[in-house]
Amino acid sequence: MNAILDAWTWLTTADHWTGRGGVWQRLGEHLELTGLCLLLSAMLALPLAFWLGHGGGRRYGGALAINISNAGRAVPTFAVLVLLTISPVGEHGELPTIIALVLFGVPPLLTNAYVGIAEADRDVVEAARGMGMSPTQLLLRVELPLAFPLLMTGVRTAAVQLVATASLAALAAGGGLGRVITAGFDTNNTAQVFAGAVLVAGLALLVEGFLALVQRLIDPHRRPRDGHAETATGRSVSTTPEMETTT
Amino acid sequence: MSAASAQSCLAANDWICGEYLRSRSQELTDATVEHVLITATSIGIAVLIAFPLALLARRWRLASAGILSLTTALYTVPTLAMYALLLPFFGISVSLVICGLVLYSLTILVRNILTGLRSVPVEAREAAIGLGYGRTRLLFTVELPLALPALMAGLRIATVSAVSLTTVGAIVDNGGLGNLIYAAMDSYFKAQVLTASVLCVLLAITADLLLLGLQRLLTPWTRAAAGGRRARRAAGAPVRDAVLDDARATV
Repeated sequence: MNAILDAWTWLTTADHWTGRGGVWQRLGEHLELTGLCLLLSAMLALPLAFWLGHGGGRRYGGALAINISNAGRAVPTFAVLVLLTISPVGEHGELPTIIALVLFGVPPLLTNAYVGIAEADRDVVEAARGMGMSPTQLLLRVELPLAFPLLMTGVRTAAVQLVATASLAALAAGGGLGRVITAGFDTNNTAQVFAGAVLVAGLALLVEGFLALVQRLIDPHRRPRDGHAETATGRSVSTTPEMETTT
Repeated sequence: MSAASAQSCLAANDWICGEYLRSRSQELTDATVEHVLITATSIGIAVLIAFPLALLARRWRLASAGILSLTTALYTVPTLAMYALLLPFFGISVSLVICGLVLYSLTILVRNILTGLRSVPVEAREAAIGLGYGRTRLLFTVELPLALPALMAGLRIATVSAVSLTTVGAIVDNGGLGNLIYAAMDSYFKAQVLTASVLCVLLAITADLLLLGLQRLLTPWTRAAAGGRRARRAAGAPVRDAVLDDARATV
């Protein structure tokens, strides 16, 4: 495949990596944006999920979590990005991208954390309560460790989702690695388009792999198990890999 | 700027504009038809590929690991990158967008068909074998109907996702309603962006409801057996996941 060889040549040309608009700069923008928005999404979604799962809204929590994640799937990310860009929000630099990213990062985090907490073994929770644990202790020392695998699934899904959405931002005049692809399209440079795609896809896979590793390292249970053991036990609502959406 | 009449909402660049709907109805219809065709073709091809893959994955453990991890990895690739990665193979064409959507749908469909087939009760299978059913007859008359709820749940998720992912095809000029959104972005043509976006969401919801209706037609026994809890949940929600969830609960 000539196109693939050309892309390899493009990728191995040092000039394309350095300087203004080089791959390094785009990668930095991409990671900065993704990291910031993942943090913001988590700050929004996790407290809500804990509250819903912990009891506050147990009755309606499930329906809410499911409906939010469903709505997220039907809304086209690209349309939201463009809408925000040409609305008054668009006058504030990166704000449209940040809002869109946070919007699409919340559903997987919320749903998975909620299910994790709500489905934490009731007997264990009751036992802990019987031992006199305060609600805070209960959350931090019992429910969170039990919910950890599902919670991390949510984090991984959200992270991949954000990497994907951030590359889409380039279509709506944002920065990030997607810019390499769109610039390639604009100049009819197939080699650059392909090279950019390899970079974006590689980053998404890398982020997913890295977080899987982190999950393995900090899992409070630290017991050997295969990746699906946890989702298989609970009556999972929206936690299985087929629920992930890429943008 | 003062009290815009119906005629001047195009000039004023309003978000909602009846004049736009009237004057560009042909353009909107064409884009919607293109959108539906792209989505439907992709899902159709994906089902045709996913079904044998799921059967293969069920038969051999090794194949199942390979097929599942490959399709999951494909699912991680961002849409923009997916379309760009396929560019050298298809050039700028509608096949490129369709191929991308097929690859995404495979993950969801293979997993759900597999889940459905695995959830068929052993007793049902053994009873059919005892009656002298061959492998093919067993598959099509016993296993497939019982796997239908999970299969349809997957189909609905795949379809709704595909409707929204089609828009990104605008980058290669084959994105249906996405083309209108992309074209209107540079000129800040608000009415066109909003109308196309809303149509896109409506399309996703309509497709979902149609598939839900189809599922209910195809699986009348699930309603007869439904207890109060399930009936209530089904009534309360346009919910794919609840359907999937119910399918799972039978595992």
